[in-house]
Amino acid sequence: MNIFVCVKQVPDTETKIVPTADGSFIETSSIKWIMNPYDEFAVEQALLVKQSNPAANVTVLRVGSVKDTEALRTAMAMGADDAFLVEAADNLDSYSIAKALKGAIEKTGKKPDLILAGKQAIDDDCLQVPQVLAEMLNLPSVSVIVGFELAGATVKVKREVEGGALEVYEMSTPCVLACNKGLNTPRYASLPGIMKAKKKPMAQHSLADVGVSDADRRVKYSQFKLPPEKPAGKKFDATDAAKQKEVVSQVVGLLRTEAKVI
Amino acid sequence: MANVLVFTEVHDGKVKPVTLEILGKLAGQSADVAVFGDLGADQVAELAKHGAQNVHKLKGANLDKYSPEGYSNALAEFIKSKSYDYVFGGATSMGKDLLPRLATKFNAGLASDVVNFIFEGGTFAGTRPLFAGKCLAKVEVTGPKPHFVSIRPNALGMTANPTAGAGTAADVNANAGDIRAAIKDIIKAASTKVDLTEANIIVTGGRAMKNAENFKILEQMADVIGATVGASRAAVDSGFAPHAMQVGQTGKTVAPSLYIACGVSGAIQHLAGMRTSKVIVAINSDPDAPIFTKADYGIVGDLFQIVPIMTEEFKKLLGK
Amino acid sequence: MDFSLSTDQKEMKELALKFAKNEMIPHSQDYDEKGKFPDEIFKKAWELGLINTCIPAEYGGSGFTSLDSVIISEALAYGCMGMNTAFMANDLALLPIVIGGSDEQKKKFLTPFTQEFRIASFCLTEPGNGSDAGGIKTSIKDGGDHWILNGEKMWITNAGYAHLFVVYGTTDTALKHKGICALVVDPKSEGVHIGKKEDKMGHRASDTRGVTFQNVKVPKENMLGKPGEGWGIAMSTLDHSRPLVASSALGGSQRALDLSISYAKERQQFGVPIAKHQAIQFMIAEMGMKVEAARLLVHKAAWMCDQGVRNTEIASYAKAFASDSCMQITTDAVQIYGGYGYSKEYPVEKLMRDAKLIQIYEGTSQIQRLVMARELLK
Repeated sequence: MNIFVCVKQVPDTETKIVPTADGSFIETSSIKWIMNPYDEFAVEQALLVKQSNPAANVTVLRVGSVKDTEALRTAMAMGADDAFLVEAADNLDSYSIAKALKGAIEKTGKKPDLILAGKQAIDDDCLQVPQVLAEMLNLPSVSVIVGFELAGATVKVKREVEGGALEVYEMSTPCVLACNKGLNTPRYASLPGIMKAKKKPMAQHSLADVGVSDADRRVKYSQFKLPPEKPAGKKFDATDAAKQKEVVSQVVGLLRTEAKVI
Repeated sequence: MANVLVFTEVHDGKVKPVTLEILGKLAGQSADVAVFGDLGADQVAELAKHGAQNVHKLKGANLDKYSPEGYSNALAEFIKSKSYDYVFGGATSMGKDLLPRLATKFNAGLASDVVNFIFEGGTFAGTRPLFAGKCLAKVEVTGPKPHFVSIRPNALGMTANPTAGAGTAADVNANAGDIRAAIKDIIKAASTKVDLTEANIIVTGGRAMKNAENFKILEQMADVIGATVGASRAAVDSGFAPHAMQVGQTGKTVAPSLYIACGVSGAIQHLAGMRTSKVIVAINSDPDAPIFTKADYGIVGDLFQIVPIMTEEFKKLLGK
Repeated sequence: MDFSLSTDQKEMKELALKFAKNEMIPHSQDYDEKGKFPDEIFKKAWELGLINTCIPAEYGGSGFTSLDSVIISEALAYGCMGMNTAFMANDLALLPIVIGGSDEQKKKFLTPFTQEFRIASFCLTEPGNGSDAGGIKTSIKDGGDHWILNGEKMWITNAGYAHLFVVYGTTDTALKHKGICALVVDPKSEGVHIGKKEDKMGHRASDTRGVTFQNVKVPKENMLGKPGEGWGIAMSTLDHSRPLVASSALGGSQRALDLSISYAKERQQFGVPIAKHQAIQFMIAEMGMKVEAARLLVHKAAWMCDQGVRNTEIASYAKAFASDSCMQITTDAVQIYGGYGYSKEYPVEKLMRDAKLIQIYEGTSQIQRLVMARELLK
């Protein structure tokens, strides 16, 4: 059984984001990179499947810069068997990334049974790659999954939709699944795991190797800027119980007359 | 002028409001609407009022329920039969799942989760937040047409005086094709409230709520103003509310018209999830709580006293 | 000369910090308030390989260096100094076996700690003998085919949960240091009485108790080294353990510094974040300086251990400086937080309470100075 997990490396959630002077992207020199948090659920799910199918092989894939290979090393330290890195700029669009992942999977020569990814990467927040990859590979897909069962070649998943309702899907492998928080609790990479990961194989290829060129870009970003600061708000003191009703009445009135939101 | 198709979802017999937001903003372009299944005359009229020229009702076998493959196959076939420059949809649960697949059937690009856009000489240029809203960027689509765009609900807002369209409705025979991943069952959520990400008004409780029981005062206010209740990470971590209610960096990113934060200090992670809210009201006993720096209307005081008074004031205002 | 951490060390630090932030910090206040022993967190840390860092690879350990150990310990202390005391006590108890045990003893006593989650206690201090460790009264008598242990121990970390004790006693008080011996004792042995948990100011998650030994029979083969070698083992243990204890203070200091920085940027007074006020800037600068200096001392003391160089003087510098700095830094953190800092709603008051103990245990700051002076003036 061949399981592929697509991971992305994203700035740590606490990182301060600063647009470059020319607005073409963000400053990446001082960023601390981590594995995209949603991808951890995908890695964990792959490892859970491997636990009950010891013959399964878990390959972790990533398209991105090689400055730091944190995400792949973490996935292997958690227990993935090998890694495949496609060297690319950090601001590639979803279509190019999906195409590169498709090329990477094909290049491994392994027929995928299960392809897992996080539901979204917290850098560009596009929520596209898993579905685009599925379409490119002509495979069924379900995104935002919070439940997973595998019996033979049948996968049953729960997809979370608006309002917290769950859609239950059933399909045969191979398929592409995009994982959400709540699916499982990702394990830590243990210290012995981290040491073992150093000996695991990591293939490295260029975009051209996996058949992707500049012509594959579909979405262009420019003019990166910080969101505008709001003008100072109005603050009312309602610590005095006698004034509370008057203050609240005034604010509620302003919500209708000034802010026009109610 | 661009030819645009707006895909709409129907909920309880009504088109989702984001469709109307998109139509209003598309004034000046030629906009059609596509929907799966039937749509009442009142809804067609509503679409026409906001600018829809044609309303295509796609009907066929296996299209009664959503499936990523069925919907994308049927829409792709329909779109190929027309000549649209752009296909728009809401960045809803369905839209986020469907549109990437659909766009890829045309080897086309999709600009996701756009919060504002313009057309320059028939060409789309959008703005979207990246890095959890910590920055904004201009987004453009290149490559084969049609180009796809998903719009974050509540971001554009309704156009005050929209230009009406013809609103000609017609049925279209649609073909779901092969569906490998099909819905077997739907497990309803306990609450029938609008999801946080789509809610127009959100009332959020923070650590200062002290316990889960106290959230009922927020529920009471939410009932009056039709809001959805959320929680800060501190409240979720303390076990006052489930993670599904969490607003912020590791929870939901929301952009309601009105966001009322009760006892939320306003940690940077929380601000990341709600800073694009149009109007923010903060109630907190600490006058220096960082939430006040983001609030349009701040009330310094004890939320356990303020919230019930506010609920009463809303009742009066809304005649409830 | 290279001050940078190796890739392995960076990864150890990152894992330990991630563990501290996700598994320790969210619970540390609760465990502190209730005085709960963190056995589940302890076990999780053990599963990740963060515990018993002193056990050599040939006995099933990870083969960490002392420098590795202090890097991990600093990160765990960042999560909670109290919990880290419980974690560290395992190393304190196992170190005498690593240092003074025979190959057979190491296999017998150390290896089980790598195979399953186990807790250990180091029993040296007595009600009447703290700093004057050489004056211990606990007696070890030859009972023929076993030793007979009698006496009372005080402030024993992990005592209520331990699977193994290392107990120091004397065959003859008249011999002073030369009579001291170290025994590995099974806490379940007949005659071992574990006292009630101490209600402490800080480190409330760690389990501290008195232990009484009444005619406890200990197998002959459980003595580390020969009779009279106990003092040497104890002193050598301290050379290893002081950098470790110092790293715990360092972790607490780093946390206090990080919290102070973020609060100073957030909290507004006189219309600007308090970080814009020089009074606050000076305190934060002082904290940063001390954290960095303490880290250099701790790393050097551990590095000397790894080089096999006698580090007594530097280890005492590290222990005294890191713990005294931690007290100052955490006190200033409370000052920066003002009223909120004094409230239990915010984490800094706990840091200040926890800091105090590190100036006391494993050789008070005053004893460290005696050691330094002795080394400098000899």
